[in-house]
Amino acid sequence: MSFSVTEPSGRQKLFAGFLVIFYAAVTIMPLAWIIATGFKTPSDAIAYPPKVVFDPTLEGYVNLFTTRTRASTETLEQLGEPQTWYDSIVRKYDMVIVGPSRYGERFLNSIIIGFGSTFLSVFLGTIAAYAFSRFKVPLKDDLMFFILSTRMMPPVAVAIPIFLMYRHMGLNDTHLGMILLYTAVNLSLSVWLLKGFIDEIPVEYEEAALIDGYTRFQAFYKVVLPQAATGIASTAIFCLIFAWNEYAFAVLLTSGTAQTAPPFIPTIIGVGGQDWPAVAAGATLFLVPVMVFTILLRKHLLRGITFGAVRK
Amino acid sequence: MSISPIERVAEATPRSVVRRVKGLSDRAVAWIFVAPTIALLLAINIFPLIWTVWLSFTNFRVNRPNREAEFVGSRNYERILTDSDIWGTMQATAHFVFWTIVFQVLIGFTLAYLINKKFRGSDLWTTVIVLPMMLSPAVVGNFWTFLYQPQIGLFNYVIGFLTGADPSGFSMIGEVALAPWAIVIVDTWMWTPFVMLICLAGLRSIPESIYEAAECDRASKWRQFWTITIPMVLPFLMLAVLFRGIENFKMFDLVVQLTGGGPGSTTELTSINLKREAFEKWNTGFASAYAVILFVTIFGLASIYVKALNKVKER
Repeated sequence: MSFSVTEPSGRQKLFAGFLVIFYAAVTIMPLAWIIATGFKTPSDAIAYPPKVVFDPTLEGYVNLFTTRTRASTETLEQLGEPQTWYDSIVRKYDMVIVGPSRYGERFLNSIIIGFGSTFLSVFLGTIAAYAFSRFKVPLKDDLMFFILSTRMMPPVAVAIPIFLMYRHMGLNDTHLGMILLYTAVNLSLSVWLLKGFIDEIPVEYEEAALIDGYTRFQAFYKVVLPQAATGIASTAIFCLIFAWNEYAFAVLLTSGTAQTAPPFIPTIIGVGGQDWPAVAAGATLFLVPVMVFTILLRKHLLRGITFGAVRK
Repeated sequence: MSISPIERVAEATPRSVVRRVKGLSDRAVAWIFVAPTIALLLAINIFPLIWTVWLSFTNFRVNRPNREAEFVGSRNYERILTDSDIWGTMQATAHFVFWTIVFQVLIGFTLAYLINKKFRGSDLWTTVIVLPMMLSPAVVGNFWTFLYQPQIGLFNYVIGFLTGADPSGFSMIGEVALAPWAIVIVDTWMWTPFVMLICLAGLRSIPESIYEAAECDRASKWRQFWTITIPMVLPFLMLAVLFRGIENFKMFDLVVQLTGGGPGSTTELTSINLKREAFEKWNTGFASAYAVILFVTIFGLASIYVKALNKVKER
């Protein structure tokens, strides 16, 4: 280690480390509680004092994915022994599974709309960012600011006309409608972020390619795109996280076919109120992809959340 | 052998022109690349915004599509600006924005300052701290109603455990005096990492040589902190405040799931109130005027703030 007058002392580091770990422990508690609740029985979930040690069960997950109904003793006897492990969980409560719940559908919708809009906003964002970065676009600064300002609009404020417009065009409650909408919302992020990444690729590479007889298009996809790959990947993840977590538009503009998981999870009801283990199970499954991406994304995190206004 | 007139032209044309015809001019490429983005934003952002402005001068109701909308002039705007309930929601919003920014800046900066000491494992703990902000606000809000339950919730239990008070005696989201703080706590929990990350970038952008020079001048650590660290981080901090301010001004999902605006209307922020007017009472014209006021407020405040921010940056 090189000598430096500004290097913090060992004691300072210890103190800083202690405080940060303390904060991290406190902050992770609600999250850990969500995950733990997903593996509790409904009665363990609402036990007081709160149960830290409990027998883990998959009841919450079974309830999340199935619709159940109470069955009479005769019916249960007729059915005989439960055929599967999830049947036996439900039988404990004198219930039988009558079909799947809508969580699977909603999750699938999240995937379709999330990935669809991510692909589209990254594709459009990349080519627009390339143009903004390399060419003299008239009113460039104004256009860039205009793109950014679209992010200031509260979703609730534009939902009415979008609702009217979509109804007119038959896009209400459709996957395509939601994909286009999320694409529009994400474009501000994607253009700003990607412009920053492309700005950093030296223009000389393309010039060399052009001199070798490449067209602009060829120079773009054979030279610039590979260089921008990491930037494109991290932009994509940010767009995906937004579309994945979005709630306001989803709840205002969709009701059935195209509704994603965030408006659905809070509506999971059990006996006498919310079925907390099932809600927690739904939330846990829903956060897994985001948590994985967050860990993969550590290095690019900062740029993404600030539209690239801050360089790390 | 004779050559056709077309071939003769081609031969006489300079290479660069041939290349442009084969490719496309830069100008054309620029247009083709930018046009879809602009078109989509015009269709899904600007067109609806203009429509909202138009609706704001009418008494249109979405749930009665057959009734002809009447032009009512500025009546909707007058009603909003004189409505005491709406002023109440504006105050609730201002309270929410102010206190979340205060807490997030204080805690976020402190954390960034500590993490910048680069102790062992600091990257790992930073990733842990950042997780809450990656979650879906609506799902988070919903789950916090569970944590806040007076009889069974983890939050009351921990408070009771630490203070020795009876934890079932109060409900964070059920009492008028506490509910505004309940939403501030959850928002702070969720978004402090955001402020922390930006402050961290600010701290890391300060060249070490400045501190070395200060050290040579025998400036105290305290003095260094106030004359070097704070001014250098300030632009970053202000940027964080801008982003958090805009986001919380239009806050909807987290709070709607957490308290739904209640109890009474203590946590009824403007977006929640607006949603009620637009999608429950179906006062489309009125709600549109409301939306316009909200957007103009955010846009106006943000523009003034950005000017101030640029001045700080230039210093």
